[in-house]
Amino acid sequence: MSRSLKKGPYVDEKLLKKVERMNTSGQKRVIKTWARSSMIAPEFVGHTFAIHNGKNFVSVFVTENMVGHRLGEFSPTRTFRRHGSATDKTVSLK
Amino acid sequence: MPRVLGIDIPGFKRVDYALRYIHGIGPRSARDLVRKAGIDPAKKANDLADEEVTKLAQILQQDYRVEGDLRREVSQNIRRIVSIGSYRGLRHRRGLPVRGQRTSTNARTRKGPRRTVGAVRGKEARSAAKQAK
Repeated sequence: MSRSLKKGPYVDEKLLKKVERMNTSGQKRVIKTWARSSMIAPEFVGHTFAIHNGKNFVSVFVTENMVGHRLGEFSPTRTFRRHGSATDKTVSLK
Repeated sequence: MPRVLGIDIPGFKRVDYALRYIHGIGPRSARDLVRKAGIDPAKKANDLADEEVTKLAQILQQDYRVEGDLRREVSQNIRRIVSIGSYRGLRHRRGLPVRGQRTSTNARTRKGPRRTVGAVRGKEARSAAKQAK
């Protein structure tokens, strides 16, 4: 079920405040964040975020067409280590 | 066979069913379309008058995105999520289901025919695999 329009998009408040503070002071630093479920607000454009994936922080530079997606979408939580040992087929797939 | 918007040639079926042969027109929009054009949905597509066909084409062009335009829009959307490096884009790139479905079994529509990648057994097979690497 999608989120009620009445509520508006979910943007992590603390994160948004932090970004706005950086926007007004004009500085740019990488922001470490665990707020994977936070939507990317238009204010976020041009900043770099280090998004937690459960283990590491993946740094993501936010561009304009990422707005409306969630931060977590850009920080994958799983790594696929191939099945069995590599055969001709699996190698050629890559 | 009547032609609506150039190439689309729906058969000798009822208009509301024939219109569904156009890419982008489903049951719902076919019904709406017929109502908007003021055509009896039970009429066979072959029996459509020329004005009725042009009326349909006109409405289609105004209010609906069909065929090439629709296909282009869809592929553009996919290209966008692929290029921004989102999880969904990744799934598209890999040819795996995009919306969180299970992949342990099933998912054959996306994955295509089965390719067995079982473990390599026996000394000979293992050394052969190593050489292949």
